[in-house]
Amino acid sequence: MSARTLYRKLVESHTVATLDAQNVLLFCDLHLMNEYTSPQAFAALHDRGRSVPVPGQNVAVVSHIIPTHPVPSTLRVIADPASALQATNLAANCRRHGIPLFDTRDALQGIEHVVAPEHGMVRPGMVILCGDSHTTTYGALGALGFGIGTSEVAHVLATQTLVYRLAQDMRIRVDGMLPAGTTAKDLILSIIGRLGAQGARGFVVEFCGTAIEALSIEARFTLCNMAVEAGARGALIAPGQAAIDYVLARAPDITGEVRDAALAHWRTLASDAEAHFDVEHRFDATEVVPHVTWGTSPDQVLAVTAQVPRPDAQQDEAQRRSTEQALRYTRLVPGGAIEGTPVQHVFIGSCTNGRIEDLRAAAAVVRGRHVAEGVRAMVVPGSGAVKAQAEAEGLAALFTDAGFEWRQPGCSMCLAMNDDVLADGVRCASTTNRNFEGRQGRGAITHLMSPAMAAAAAVTGRITDVRLLELNHV
Amino acid sequence: MSDSRFIEGRAAALRIENLDTDQIMPKQFLRGIDKSGLAAGVLYDQRFDAQGRPRPDFVLNRPDYADTRILVGGANFGCGSSREHAVWGLQQFGIRAVIAPSFGEIFYSNALNNGLLVVMLPEPVIAALMRDADDVANGQIRIDVQALTVCSASVDAPFTLSARHQRMVLEGLDVIGLSLTYQAQTEAFAAAHWARHPWLRDVSAVTGRRLQLNRS
Repeated sequence: MSARTLYRKLVESHTVATLDAQNVLLFCDLHLMNEYTSPQAFAALHDRGRSVPVPGQNVAVVSHIIPTHPVPSTLRVIADPASALQATNLAANCRRHGIPLFDTRDALQGIEHVVAPEHGMVRPGMVILCGDSHTTTYGALGALGFGIGTSEVAHVLATQTLVYRLAQDMRIRVDGMLPAGTTAKDLILSIIGRLGAQGARGFVVEFCGTAIEALSIEARFTLCNMAVEAGARGALIAPGQAAIDYVLARAPDITGEVRDAALAHWRTLASDAEAHFDVEHRFDATEVVPHVTWGTSPDQVLAVTAQVPRPDAQQDEAQRRSTEQALRYTRLVPGGAIEGTPVQHVFIGSCTNGRIEDLRAAAAVVRGRHVAEGVRAMVVPGSGAVKAQAEAEGLAALFTDAGFEWRQPGCSMCLAMNDDVLADGVRCASTTNRNFEGRQGRGAITHLMSPAMAAAAAVTGRITDVRLLELNHV
Repeated sequence: MSDSRFIEGRAAALRIENLDTDQIMPKQFLRGIDKSGLAAGVLYDQRFDAQGRPRPDFVLNRPDYADTRILVGGANFGCGSSREHAVWGLQQFGIRAVIAPSFGEIFYSNALNNGLLVVMLPEPVIAALMRDADDVANGQIRIDVQALTVCSASVDAPFTLSARHQRMVLEGLDVIGLSLTYQAQTEAFAAAHWARHPWLRDVSAVTGRRLQLNRS
């Protein structure tokens, strides 16, 4: 057999049938659902009298519309009637088909992409689908995950397969060590900045290199999560010992002979040495600096030490136009420094940066400091488990003592589908994944950055190079 | 099926690169459990100001473009969120095709799964189509889904579409129904897959029992 990439191995091992030159019928090991992209899929199924043949490979989470007010889990209420209906509708659909659900008042509720891996459901070699674009996250554990639409959600429910258009192979090699003060968030933002918002469109990206191997699993989630912002159809990192340890620690059902077989299989999950990639990129981790977005697309990003671009310095007309459009929205001065830009809001959370290591990194900056005058800062843990862990470690008290709001888990202000919405003109330092126009509220301005950078913005009241602040590790 | 062979009508140019689905269908329109009422949300912040008044200068608000059937957009059209509401909304708004240099991948699949035609053409052709669309008198575009051509006042260009996607637009295939014809194969595949990889079987059911989900 000729040399294959990890991506090809995963596709071939899940191909039920080849449909034509571009499409296969792909078997799905785990299908995640949320309350807002699944209702019409269930309705389509019910309209046609179709059933869910394999409910035990499906799971659902109330994540996007849930308010994050700091009340006990058992007292959480969705006040908006339409959103409440989405949650009760999801619960009814899950009950009807026997699908496990992390419901509104479950202490383990959270963001789907935080909840699924932390409880051991994400395993190397899987194909994982979800009606949410950030499903690329699972590449961190060597699982092929990607987002699908609601028609496809219905397809997966009814068949446990997907009609899948094959992607091309891209490899991004990152060598060297990330410098102090920089994180996987800064790395992926710098990669997106170089590749562009559609630089990886049509590709599944495999990350490799010494910098990637040195990343914790949670940092790898951040990296793979945002690969979709470069247009990637999927992201992968070959699962080494760290990934295996992470999964086994969270999946107590994998024991004995099954464990031995799993370990033997997982060790085969790597691209062959001679495998061909259609496109290859190289990055030097030692050159990464803290990054911040300046525009309205994640590829409109720069080093915190750099200047906001000038439209008239852009190469072509389309770039000039999009730079102008973005700066009109973000109200920044062309050629001015991004550092020092005042912020009124700070948001720490999301499927990109709502995990315990993210909160620890933010806490290390916040410790001994206080949220600046005139800034509203909130921490929304990625899940109930993350929240409990942070409380046990004293991070919650640290954040609240410093003037942060410590809230219940959910997607929250990442896309502002619940009541965590920013007002027109409010500028937000955010650990999320999209700085689109209106994403956090109509007219609200989003600057994407790492948790440490967001914490630095919270305590100084402006976009700040976190490397200039002394860290106080917990 | 001559009815679906030709898509023709008024075209409007949207000169926005990376037009994401958050902009095509903002969050406040995503709270339904059905597909209704989404025409109101299409490009809401572009069409309406903060007070909810129509912006008269936005192309889709101009009286001459009230009957727009085809959008000509910038690169990476429909990137971002997987929300299929963007496609449903465009269709409810009367849009039958979107022509752009490239599309966000999930949007592209979502569009074709609903019979919304998506046509990829090179940047210079798009620029010419946009100029034609700007001319109210000659801003009609005609797309032949059978022959795979796009015609306007100054453009007569072929485009590619996979045979599968062409059939989806022309015939409105029941994709799930077709895949269910593979049900026996899928079941055989699953049995062999789980025999080789028993740790993948019922993974959410096993986890759900361990975590005591669905107690309420």
